[in-house]
Amino acid sequence: MDFTLCKEHEMARALFKEFAENEVKPLAQEVDETEEFPRGTVVKMARSGFLGIPVPKEYGGQGCDPLTYTICVEELSKVCGTTGVIVSAHTSLCCDPIQTYGTEEQKQKYLIPLAKGEKLGAFGLTEPGAGTDAQGQQTKAVLEGDEYVLNGSKIFITNGKEADVYVVFAITGVDVDAKGRGKKRITAFIVEKGTPGFTFGTKEKKMGIRGSSTYELIFTDCRIPKENMLGAEGKGFGIAMHTLDGGRIGIAAQALGIAEGALEATIEYVKERKQFGRSIAAFQNTQFQLADMATKIEAAKLLVYKAAVAKATQKNYSFEAAQAKLYASEVAMEVTTKAVQLHGGYGYTREYDVERMMRDAKITEIYEGTSEVQRMVISGTLLK
Amino acid sequence: MKIVVCIKQVPDTKGGVKFNPDGTLNRAAMLTIMNPDDKAGLEAALRLKDEYGAEVTAITMGLPKAEDVLREAMAMGADKGILVTDRVLGGADTWATSQTLAGAIRNLKFDLIITGRQAIDGDTAQVGPQISEHLNIPVISYAQNIKIEGDSVIVERQYDDRYHVLKAKMPCLITALAELNEPRYMTPGGIFDACKAEITVWGRDNLIDVKDSDLGLKGSPTQIAKASDKVRKGVGEKVTLDPAEAVDYIMNKLKEKHVI
Repeated sequence: MDFTLCKEHEMARALFKEFAENEVKPLAQEVDETEEFPRGTVVKMARSGFLGIPVPKEYGGQGCDPLTYTICVEELSKVCGTTGVIVSAHTSLCCDPIQTYGTEEQKQKYLIPLAKGEKLGAFGLTEPGAGTDAQGQQTKAVLEGDEYVLNGSKIFITNGKEADVYVVFAITGVDVDAKGRGKKRITAFIVEKGTPGFTFGTKEKKMGIRGSSTYELIFTDCRIPKENMLGAEGKGFGIAMHTLDGGRIGIAAQALGIAEGALEATIEYVKERKQFGRSIAAFQNTQFQLADMATKIEAAKLLVYKAAVAKATQKNYSFEAAQAKLYASEVAMEVTTKAVQLHGGYGYTREYDVERMMRDAKITEIYEGTSEVQRMVISGTLLK
Repeated sequence: MKIVVCIKQVPDTKGGVKFNPDGTLNRAAMLTIMNPDDKAGLEAALRLKDEYGAEVTAITMGLPKAEDVLREAMAMGADKGILVTDRVLGGADTWATSQTLAGAIRNLKFDLIITGRQAIDGDTAQVGPQISEHLNIPVISYAQNIKIEGDSVIVERQYDDRYHVLKAKMPCLITALAELNEPRYMTPGGIFDACKAEITVWGRDNLIDVKDSDLGLKGSPTQIAKASDKVRKGVGEKVTLDPAEAVDYIMNKLKEKHVI
């Protein structure tokens, strides 16, 4: 068993790190402060191939493995959690389901421009009454001739309004089992921005990842061509769950990156900050805190990379993805909280990056399946 | 069009230069990067490739680990990489280096050779022009802009306070400035391809029309008396004046220098 990364991954990490330092870090504070979507950065990332890393070359991607993509999200998130989630939502939640479940025509039409970064992707599953309970959806799609007519709304959609292509889930029917209980048939659709009847509601004002654009999607008699159905009719729930397995690896990578960024900033700070005539790095409390932070980060990293490798080598990787996301996100929250504490009063000000990192970390415990959902997935596998 | 780009793996001098007690560079103590002027030269070649279509070959002389800089060039978009490495080539100064590179390039068909103006570890700016002399082709140094017109290149050559527009028939050699462009990043897919790609490795036997006495330490007439960190050029003249006075002052200076 060898824990060293191969040459390709080391080179890729150097690339992502250089890009993050040069192009992303200088804007991170401003993006947070202004809540403005970093469109310029997205254009630069597209040019460098960051928006289609695990997509095969024949579909406009880079033809790399999920681990390379994971390292990309990690390095971007070290300096800016917003930029990390833009790439993650686009790649894991939009490119991936189209690559996995799309027809050849859908891949030609949507996956190629998405992977090239000419278009940005998003994913719409959550509704006001359907978060963890994805079966509680209300959005409906009714077949009329050659079109599905969508009605309903989706909330908390990352890359909302900024994206061009949306993978959206809706109820297309109800199956009744032998006991007379109804079970909703959920189907996935590819919806383009600009489709009549597809509008955006309010923009969420968030605690963290404030530059990422989070919107409500509203469908009012929105007519979608039948050929935009993604996968088979009624198979949407499975598609959503499988897509989220991949998405969780992206969010785990984001959480890992935020934690690493906070540790790096803290190491730098404690060496400079002087109290009682010496740097606070000289105090045993600081040293022990740093040791715990670094050890937990390393454990998180191993889980995240293991999940990324599992995505490449295993058909089912729900368990690995859930463990990676659960642990990495909780480590991110813990490490960033300690980072703020070690920064003292300065850490509570917006002048220091750790303040933003702590706010950014919180969402990783919530979106794409809360920590509680991850525990359900993990224990469900254990008790099967 | 076939373009050969000469690149060098150099110590990253951003954090200052480290010396051994004997005054030579402590290369082991510094990270290595692609020389910035060479990177601009490579970017210029890749832009010509994007615009006109070209095959770009990156070539370097160095230790076996210099292969890394060739893979970086290929991950940015170069088509081929050639590493010239041999024990007998060690200790080369600019003369021996240019002889070696010219000897290697004689194996290749090319329309254009692009080198960086100078490397940040030696700052001599001699290797590019020397290669052109050995190959008996025109050289345009300090390029800040490059265009192709038929079988010629049109280059803006930078000076402190102006530039010259020069035209030369290909094949020719151009030395590029880091200010020429903003080099692209590698792409992730490019990295994967570059790591799989085969790097051509040449030694002494592959060099054409080069005498042993022109190679390596033996072929290097330069003797380094002392090495030091770069001494920065003066910051120029700074004056604080009212806008009206400032305009007069600048106009007089421009007249003094016969710019206007």
